[in-house]
Amino acid sequence: MSEMNVAIVGNPNSGKTTLFNRLTGANHYVGNWAGVTVEKKEGYLKHKNKRINVIDLPGKYSLSTYSLEEKIARDYILNEKPDVIINVVSASNLERNLYLTLQLIEMKLPIILAINMIDELDRKGLAIDYAELERQLKVRVVPISAAKNQGIEQLLDEVINYEGCHEFLNVSYSQIVEEAIRTIDEDTRWKAVKFLENDMEIRSEYDGIDFDLEEVVIQDRYTFITNVLKNVIHHVHGYEPITDKIDKIVLHKYLGLPIFAAVMAFVFYMTFTIGSFFVEYLDYFFSEIVSGFVSNVFTTYGVSLWLHNLIIDGVIGGVGGVLTFLPNIAILFLFISILEDSGYMGRAAYLMDKWMQRVGLNGKFFIPMLLGFGCNVPAIMSTRTLENPKDRLIAILINPFMSCSARFPVYVLFASVFFKGYEAIVMLSLYLLGIFVAVAVAYIFRKTVFKGDETHLIMEIPDYRMPQIKNLIVHVWERVKDYIVKAGTVIFAASVILWGLLNYNFSGSADIASSFGASIGKFFAPVLGLAGFGNWQSALSLLSGIFAKEIVVSNTAIIYGLGETANLTQLGNVLGKAFTPLSAYAFLVFVLLYTPCVAVIGVIKRETNSWKWTGFSVAYQLVIALTLSTLVYQIGRLFIG
Amino acid sequence: MSLSKVNVGTSVILHQINYGLNLKKKLQDMGLTPGVEFSVVSKTNSGPIIIEVRGSRLALGRGIAEKIDVEIVS
Repeated sequence: MSEMNVAIVGNPNSGKTTLFNRLTGANHYVGNWAGVTVEKKEGYLKHKNKRINVIDLPGKYSLSTYSLEEKIARDYILNEKPDVIINVVSASNLERNLYLTLQLIEMKLPIILAINMIDELDRKGLAIDYAELERQLKVRVVPISAAKNQGIEQLLDEVINYEGCHEFLNVSYSQIVEEAIRTIDEDTRWKAVKFLENDMEIRSEYDGIDFDLEEVVIQDRYTFITNVLKNVIHHVHGYEPITDKIDKIVLHKYLGLPIFAAVMAFVFYMTFTIGSFFVEYLDYFFSEIVSGFVSNVFTTYGVSLWLHNLIIDGVIGGVGGVLTFLPNIAILFLFISILEDSGYMGRAAYLMDKWMQRVGLNGKFFIPMLLGFGCNVPAIMSTRTLENPKDRLIAILINPFMSCSARFPVYVLFASVFFKGYEAIVMLSLYLLGIFVAVAVAYIFRKTVFKGDETHLIMEIPDYRMPQIKNLIVHVWERVKDYIVKAGTVIFAASVILWGLLNYNFSGSADIASSFGASIGKFFAPVLGLAGFGNWQSALSLLSGIFAKEIVVSNTAIIYGLGETANLTQLGNVLGKAFTPLSAYAFLVFVLLYTPCVAVIGVIKRETNSWKWTGFSVAYQLVIALTLSTLVYQIGRLFIG
Repeated sequence: MSLSKVNVGTSVILHQINYGLNLKKKLQDMGLTPGVEFSVVSKTNSGPIIIEVRGSRLALGRGIAEKIDVEIVS
């Protein structure tokens, strides 16, 4: 069986990932905003006895080396030499999409043009003459709809039967540009053109020549496209896009922001109320039914007491305690996905731009921040859409302050014990504090370490689309699965280790108060004293929370030495003795702000590619957390006494 | 006149972009070339604007809009 390599290339939000999923049967997340795919993805399929390796590259508008991302895509295409490049273009936006196509053609690359989302043409009153387009561009054109599974077979047939292109379209430029091309390098035209576009890399290849024709080149390319499309696109009937109608309200001068605030309030309200509806039942399920059942089995088979305690207290108590919040997390991710899929995300960035500008950021910063409410790991990866490296670093460093869903269980537990009836206000205050700290820190960074260029919003605003149920399920399931896996691995291991630390010391089996765990906790506790929670239990709890923030909840039962049937009420009782409402709130402030979890530390290292910034991130968050929780506690004491 | 002063619903022709190289190149790649006709579809008070150019909607920060020179199509 023969094998071939195929790369998918196209503008952002043109449906590359949808096509990739359709081809390879993968379930990668597709959003409706430019820049969802930040990493190249690989997969394969078999078609008519041929193995086709498919690679999905992040979306690009052009192939210059101005931005790192564009350079990566170009280097990949030039160095890896895929057998076929599927250039995905959006049917209703050919003019802009073909701009990249022309560059691919100029580079004499083996492309097949896949016109995607043809199902939307009818509604928009457009018709495309595919044969004419094929004739004009001299490349194979295949109309498809990746979402509706149309034209995929034909596309694959074209791919495996691709025999190379013998005749390439000559993209002609105005006379002045053509003359310059002749001077620079007529044989490798694309390089000459890239040279004229001030491409850094190509510039260094041709010393001593100078032209200032960049603007003309770009303009000529668009003029060329306009001419091509004259006989290709036909307007069948006029229409007023539904998107514009919605935007008239959603992006309204005065209503826009209140609507956005209402949307976010609704999301969190639903997360809290629907989720909490399940919490009681799940809590009962784990602490009564599962514990009871396992306990009975153990008694029947005469399992030794220490193993009995380890499993019941450590594992079921810990892991179960975290899984209790699964419904909340699923609902939050469902709503975040709906925001992404519908196309609202870009609007949120637009609405926030003016306010973000005041602290030296732009609206685009807001997308990673919003995603951070779900999980900071994908949120930090999405900062790749920010073009400027300084902007990106700021966005990465402030992201952990956005309160992720792993911190949610901690708030719920403490709020339900200490602030009964006011849970919503307490939670809201923490989320807002997180946003406030993120923005304030960004402002300080902008004024000090990352001084420099102004930053501005440039972002494509997509059409609204109805979120696809399947896509939503895929996304939520991926997150839920991660959460369950985390509960079963990291949290499970942490529970077991913690149980060991709390039941032993150097002289063997020990009382909790004289265990290893207590010693470790006592070592760190004094630092936390100023913030009002200087007991060893909190210190140990926070320390283990670095592995995953949920552990702060999962190990509470173990640390406070609760018996086998620990439920939320009993947890409440012990916590009530260890904290006052004020110190509990200071504790939550600390949990919100302190050192990110190991997964986030890992992604910060990968994305900044610097141990220095990673170390900085860990340290400065710890300092901020200590400072603010101390302030809360000390100032609070002045009033409460 | 500056693009930031154009009202919603108005069609304009791009005259020039008075902006640093990288940003200018990016805007041009996205279709904002001299002579292209486009329209302002949304605007916020002293905030960003959204234009429709070559069939796609583009949000531009106020600072950018201020540096784009346009002529109103009569």
